[in-house]
Amino acid sequence: MRTYALVILVLYSITAISQNCNNNLSGTVKDSHDNSPLVGATLIVAGTEQAVQTDLDGNYTITGLCNQEYSIQISHPECLTKGYTIKVSSATTKNFKLEHHLEELNQITIDGKVYKDKSKTLIQSGLSIEEIEKFSNGSLGDALNSLSGVSSLNTGNTVVKPLINGLHSSRVVIINNGVRMEDQEWGSEHAPNVDINSAGKLTLIKGAGALQYSGDAVGGVIISEAAKVPVKDSLYGKTLFSAASNGRGTTVSSQLTKSYQNGWFGTVQGTLKRFGDFETPDYILSNTGTSERNASINIGLNRFDYGIEGYYSIFKNEIGILRASHLGGAQDQINAINSREPSIIRDFTYNIDAPKQDVTHHLARLKAFKRFESIGKLSFQYDFQANHRLEYDIRRGDDKDKASLDLDLKTHTIMLDLESKLSNSLNLKSGILGRYQNNFADPNTGVRRLIPDYDKYEIGAYLIADYDLNDDWLLEIGGRFDYTYMDVFKFYRTSFWESRNYDQLFPEIVVEELGNQILTNPEYNFYNASGTVGTTYSFNEDYKLFFNYSLASRAPNPSELFSEGLHHSASRIELGDLRFNSEIGHKFSLTFQRENNVFSFSINPYINIINDFIVIEPTEIQQTIRGNFQVWEYRQTNAELLGVDIDASYSFAENFRFEHQFSLVKGYDRTNNTPLISIPAVNTKNGIVYQNPELNSLRLSLQSEYVFRQNEFPNTNFEVFIPETQTTEIVDVSTPPEAYHLLDFDSSIDFKLNNKSTLTVGLGIKNLFNTSYRNYLNRLRYYADDLGRNFLLNLKINY
Amino acid sequence: MKNLKSVSILFFASLLFIACSSDDENPEPVNEEEIITTVTVTLTPDDGGTPVTLVTRDLDGDGPNEPVITVSGNLNANTSYNGDIILLNETEDPAENITEEVLEEAEEHQFFYTIAGGLNASTEYSNYDSDDNPLGTKFILSAGDASSGTLTFTLRHEPKKPNDGTLGDAGGETDIEATFNVTVE
Repeated sequence: MRTYALVILVLYSITAISQNCNNNLSGTVKDSHDNSPLVGATLIVAGTEQAVQTDLDGNYTITGLCNQEYSIQISHPECLTKGYTIKVSSATTKNFKLEHHLEELNQITIDGKVYKDKSKTLIQSGLSIEEIEKFSNGSLGDALNSLSGVSSLNTGNTVVKPLINGLHSSRVVIINNGVRMEDQEWGSEHAPNVDINSAGKLTLIKGAGALQYSGDAVGGVIISEAAKVPVKDSLYGKTLFSAASNGRGTTVSSQLTKSYQNGWFGTVQGTLKRFGDFETPDYILSNTGTSERNASINIGLNRFDYGIEGYYSIFKNEIGILRASHLGGAQDQINAINSREPSIIRDFTYNIDAPKQDVTHHLARLKAFKRFESIGKLSFQYDFQANHRLEYDIRRGDDKDKASLDLDLKTHTIMLDLESKLSNSLNLKSGILGRYQNNFADPNTGVRRLIPDYDKYEIGAYLIADYDLNDDWLLEIGGRFDYTYMDVFKFYRTSFWESRNYDQLFPEIVVEELGNQILTNPEYNFYNASGTVGTTYSFNEDYKLFFNYSLASRAPNPSELFSEGLHHSASRIELGDLRFNSEIGHKFSLTFQRENNVFSFSINPYINIINDFIVIEPTEIQQTIRGNFQVWEYRQTNAELLGVDIDASYSFAENFRFEHQFSLVKGYDRTNNTPLISIPAVNTKNGIVYQNPELNSLRLSLQSEYVFRQNEFPNTNFEVFIPETQTTEIVDVSTPPEAYHLLDFDSSIDFKLNNKSTLTVGLGIKNLFNTSYRNYLNRLRYYADDLGRNFLLNLKINY
Repeated sequence: MKNLKSVSILFFASLLFIACSSDDENPEPVNEEEIITTVTVTLTPDDGGTPVTLVTRDLDGDGPNEPVITVSGNLNANTSYNGDIILLNETEDPAENITEEVLEEAEEHQFFYTIAGGLNASTEYSNYDSDDNPLGTKFILSAGDASSGTLTFTLRHEPKKPNDGTLGDAGGETDIEATFNVTVE
């Protein structure tokens, strides 16, 4: 606390302003949709009431400004009036973009940007509301998959976990409306519990650079934010309806916002999604339906110098898991892998039976901020999350309808953050955090707990500074420290406890011996330091060079520490190790970017060196009464991931644009010199987009996606004796599937219904040629093909 | 600064509040309800001789210990045996008889017998489900001439029924796979 106060005192004393009133502010005003210059936009400087208009090229110049902050209002007949606060020092250039859709009304922000940058020296990619809306039928993972460097680890097509530069689960932190998601993200078949339709913007940071959120994002950070609400009297909303032929399902999502000039606002939003069994080109994927119900409400007061906001959301999702993927031992696995089709194919149905997941996530947030002239913007946030996960297996007798897994994870977090502008060129962000988490595994399942009961306490603090050296150079540096204490109650099988020698190593943690089980009380203290340092160099107007180094350090998750038993959905025995320590990642990332109306690109090579990387890999075959199972054990090793992400966009003719994406990542275990498992294959996306703003915003696009075969993989095959044939057979669980090529078509057109309402009609076809394929990163690839052709219809009304 | 002070007091007060809300009761243990730890196959000869029992027992389920397999004796050549399979969960006290659950859900279960490695014997189902498809907790084993080899019992949950009698055609999920070395003398 003392240091914190000291820091604030130091910041307090730095402020110094000199008066100089000969400055010019100049720049352009453009349409944010197509970057066309806006002619005749009016800029009014609040206070001086000086007004200028943009010329034929959208340029403007305001003269005689002092070294201070100005509020500038920009208006244009076809666009919504927007206000900005601009810091003027010497000759300042500021380019503005205006929107002409009501839905994108945005609140005044201090940086002149609607959404603030999360990291200034790591390139951020993201999805805007229009792009997100195309995935209304899908999930967060599906939407992010469209960005370069992101792939997904799937369980079927409804459990989609984002993978950033080859890393996933606990290594990817998801921030939903300012709250770090605590939704049992450790499991590879646990998808993020975020309603894609509630997001107004998605930002992706491929690294641990966003230290204000976490220091353990070895892979990266995904930030989902709700659409901003304008400070004006207004009532608006949108309703989205989408239907898809594959899965024969629909999604309805609606959102309504009321805002007032005095800063008060309220938004309600809800989504209903229902899908039946999905289909490959040749057969039905039985029991792959899904049913999702989400709602959220946000009420608050937003003034320039203070604000308060309350947010609550509920996410409820029931997901069927392919029936044919639920297996007994190795012999079942051989049968499933060797047969071309899943062993169980039934008629189409909307019913969801076991195996299935039923997850409910509550998120409540209370946030308040106050801007102090002396120290900056101080925010306080309390959030509470309750995640209830039920997993149902195929069971026998009285247990038939009982969940096999029933976990209740509750998390409380309080945060205090301070954003200070120490000078025109130096910004400082700092904060502290406290978190308490409790996991309760219901013993009434009649199945031994997969994740033990535990209490977890965390305290963290961070400090990030960015400094504009001059117009071209920006420096960013940050540090964070987290302390975690875990108090765990775990039952071990006596046989496992002894076979691991834990009885010799940890006799002191034994609480009670109960026949064939032992109750233990492991306690952990983790001290994790993380940091980032980076620079951005802008040159030749269009070019930018980003360099960033980030140090991430992640405490092992409960699944890595305590797994011990059969994992049905993977048909393998998984074993954790209670001796693990934190994993430390060093990521170096370089980006060369050109931003231009005609030709833009970015090239982003990176290397991520991770010490004590926790991997799970097969070690032996275990005989049980149910047959033979492969044993997968978690192990710590040194890993290295390196790769490059490339994006390019070229407008080769009026209204036509060519878009290109390429992602390559290689992952190696440097201790054993073997490739890492589940690393995405090289893939490239290429598309042609036709967009005509004059013709009802008609948009047509054709996109090709080519996914190469993954040629680098660890050989985890194993042999098993089949008594029926008296032969020894290889269970091929490691060979990746062949390369594949998919073609997608997408289109949309706007119709103006009246002054306030627009109807957007979208039509799309996924997997145009109905190609049969399997994806290396789909955990169900052993059992079934991926999805066949899918016709999509999207209707959206803005009002 | 005054504001900051009060906010920080609030912050640490709530931290304290959160930190003190744990209870220290030990969680209750979970005994696996469905696990089959023990398979006992009793082969009673038609001619009234001593029954032969084949037992596989794995008390730690999918834990690291391997099943313990015992065969009480050899089979007599050219003799017919009545087979009876009992499944137990011995992690519970008293042991739970899982055979009863299998009988209740006979339509969703089926035993398969695999004779291999030169054993001269054959099997025949002697109990059926309500659809007259084989269930097989009871069967007849006919031992042929002197020989030795393996006898494997496989219990499938939710197999295709009816099927052609092979494991490959039946599909479903393996609940039990127990192989015994058997000698006919």
